[in-house]
Amino acid sequence: MNTPLLSVRDLHVNFGTSEGDVQAVRGVSFDIDRGETLAIVGESGSGKSVTASAIMRLNFGADIRVSGSALFEGKDILSMGEEEVRKMRGSDVAMIFQDPLTALNPFYTVGNQISEAYTIHHPGTSKKELRALALDAIEKVGIPEPVKRIKQYPHEFSGGMRQRIVIAMALINQPKLLIADEPTTALDVTVQAQILELIGVMQEENGTAVILITHDLGVVAEVTERVLVMYAGRLVEKASVIDAFASPTHPYTRGLLNSVKSLDSDRHSRLEPIPGIPPSLIDLPTGCPFHSRCRYAASLNGRCSTEVPELKAVGNSWSACHLPVDLLAAPIKESL
Amino acid sequence: MFYFIARRSFFAVILLFVVSIFTFWIFSALPADPAALTCGKNCRPEVIEANRIRLGYDKPFIEQYGSYMKGIFVGRTYGEDESGVHCAAPSLGYSYDRHECVSSLVAKTLPVTASIAFGAFVLWMVFGIALGTLAALRRGKWPDHFATVFSVIGISFPSFFLGLLSVLFFVIWTKILPFPNYVGITENPFEWFTALILPWSVLALLSASTYIRLTRNGILEVMNEEFVRLGIAKGLPRKKLIVKYVLRAALTPIATIAGIDLAFLLGGAIVTESVFNLPGLGKLTIAAVVNSDLPILVATTLISALFIVVANAFVDIMYGFLDPRVRTK
Ligand SMILES: Nc1ncnc2c1ncn2[C@@H]1O[C@H](COP(=O)(O)OP(=O)(O)OP(=O)(O)O)[C@@H](O)[C@H]1O
Ligand SMILES: [Mg+2]
Repeated sequence: MNTPLLSVRDLHVNFGTSEGDVQAVRGVSFDIDRGETLAIVGESGSGKSVTASAIMRLNFGADIRVSGSALFEGKDILSMGEEEVRKMRGSDVAMIFQDPLTALNPFYTVGNQISEAYTIHHPGTSKKELRALALDAIEKVGIPEPVKRIKQYPHEFSGGMRQRIVIAMALINQPKLLIADEPTTALDVTVQAQILELIGVMQEENGTAVILITHDLGVVAEVTERVLVMYAGRLVEKASVIDAFASPTHPYTRGLLNSVKSLDSDRHSRLEPIPGIPPSLIDLPTGCPFHSRCRYAASLNGRCSTEVPELKAVGNSWSACHLPVDLLAAPIKESL
Repeated sequence: MFYFIARRSFFAVILLFVVSIFTFWIFSALPADPAALTCGKNCRPEVIEANRIRLGYDKPFIEQYGSYMKGIFVGRTYGEDESGVHCAAPSLGYSYDRHECVSSLVAKTLPVTASIAFGAFVLWMVFGIALGTLAALRRGKWPDHFATVFSVIGISFPSFFLGLLSVLFFVIWTKILPFPNYVGITENPFEWFTALILPWSVLALLSASTYIRLTRNGILEVMNEEFVRLGIAKGLPRKKLIVKYVLRAALTPIATIAGIDLAFLLGGAIVTESVFNLPGLGKLTIAAVVNSDLPILVATTLISALFIVVANAFVDIMYGFLDPRVRTK
């Protein structure tokens, strides 16, 4: 069996703040293979961005503690030297952020910024070659009139176009892993689909693996193969997309699915938002972080509020819940 | 861009026109009779009336303004007989008190003020930006603390106090420097320098505090910007990231403020000039206030306004060059 491209083990990220320690990520482990697409979903504040940033060592602040490991092609990113990390950023692992309106440097032309992404990792490339590369990159992401466009500044582009430019920049070095943190959240719906399609096409062309962070379960169903569900800094479910949608095991995943309207559900089924709010990451509850919102917690005689559930295999999925396996694996409508 | 410059310059000219009329109007509306101020207390009314006619104060306001403006461009002769005084263009009026054309007074004092202003400007920009940058990059470490202490000193001490203190220390006690005695740079560059080093430092210390703060906060703010994060995610080396991404964005707005501050200083550093006994525009203005020398006050007010209006236009235009977002609007 060949080793995964990236293998994250027991990742913890703590932010020391004046109010106390924010335990943003608590023991996250997952793998991603070459060329694979992995989704991370979960409510706002569940630690998706912090997890993704940790892989590129992009969490900054006065008092940050990161522990665990992130083996990229066998090398631990978390214990690399600064210079080694820098060389990895943008070449082996690239990132796309949520807000394309603020992601580009307003003072330089997009051509400059695209060729910069290349020349950082290929010093000594001639101007002419860089220009050709930038033109090619910008054309590939579907921006018309590249010759004219590379001379323009970011503010002269629409949000969707800017996200295309960011993608062009991210992919110019043919990275092995692309981390896309809500790449379409800030865009309008029609543009969202185009951007996702573009990421898909580029991914196929380069054999890039993609970690896609999103709130949109529709997007997950459409473009990814596996999904991680995060809650309060922990993974609560790890499954193939098919399993996660057809037979979600963790009550939180089920809650997430019930809180959005799926296209094929009958028109009269009601949306059921998950009651309550996620716990504070500074003052975490004991036991399962989801227990106060979980309607099955009562049936387990207080176990949920005292004992932290570990991820365990449930059919083809992994689920962090104390409920017995046969209950978790049962089809939604009948049991639970 | 050309259109932008043209439009901005046009507005600057209009603004200057409005400001000059307004200044002129304020001074003409003063209860003081400018003609009566041209000779001493026991002046005979005939002399006052003669001077009024000679200086044109008998004419209506608009006509006075017109001949003043005309004088700026072509020069002006005060009085018609052989005792008339000619002030060559740019004529800014005639000071009876000093028996001199205001323009030649300005010509003598402006280089002094310009020397003070530009020297201080260079010092404070270099120090302010360097220290502010260092403080931001070494946030919470000793350069940051040093910068904070430096700023507090600069902000909390008034300039006359710092000025006197520095004279006391460097000139009177340690005798490192001679007592400031201004000479032109063309006359004796070394003496020019030794006379100005203290006023430069005092002014620079005061303004640098502001610029340290502006630079430091600007940099810290920009560092949180998404595009800087993307720059890091691209794998930019730190040095390049700081210069091309952080400083570029953090210093552009500071350039604007700096231009205006310099213009203010060019209008006369009144306190500093007085403390160090430098014969600049500021001292000229103060003396004119004391002696109720209206023509000088009108001229120095107009000159200050000119600097500020021009600096504003210049800074706006420069901003257009520095920030592409302004340019293409
Ligand atoms: N630099 C930081 N200092 C302190 N707390 C932080 C910092 N960065 C993130 N956090 C906290 O960590 C938690 C997880 O944040 P994260 O951004 O990963 O959430 P997320 O799942 O990406 O949410 P969203 O869907 O809103 O993007 C949040 O509670 C956030 O407030
Ligand atoms: Mg996020």
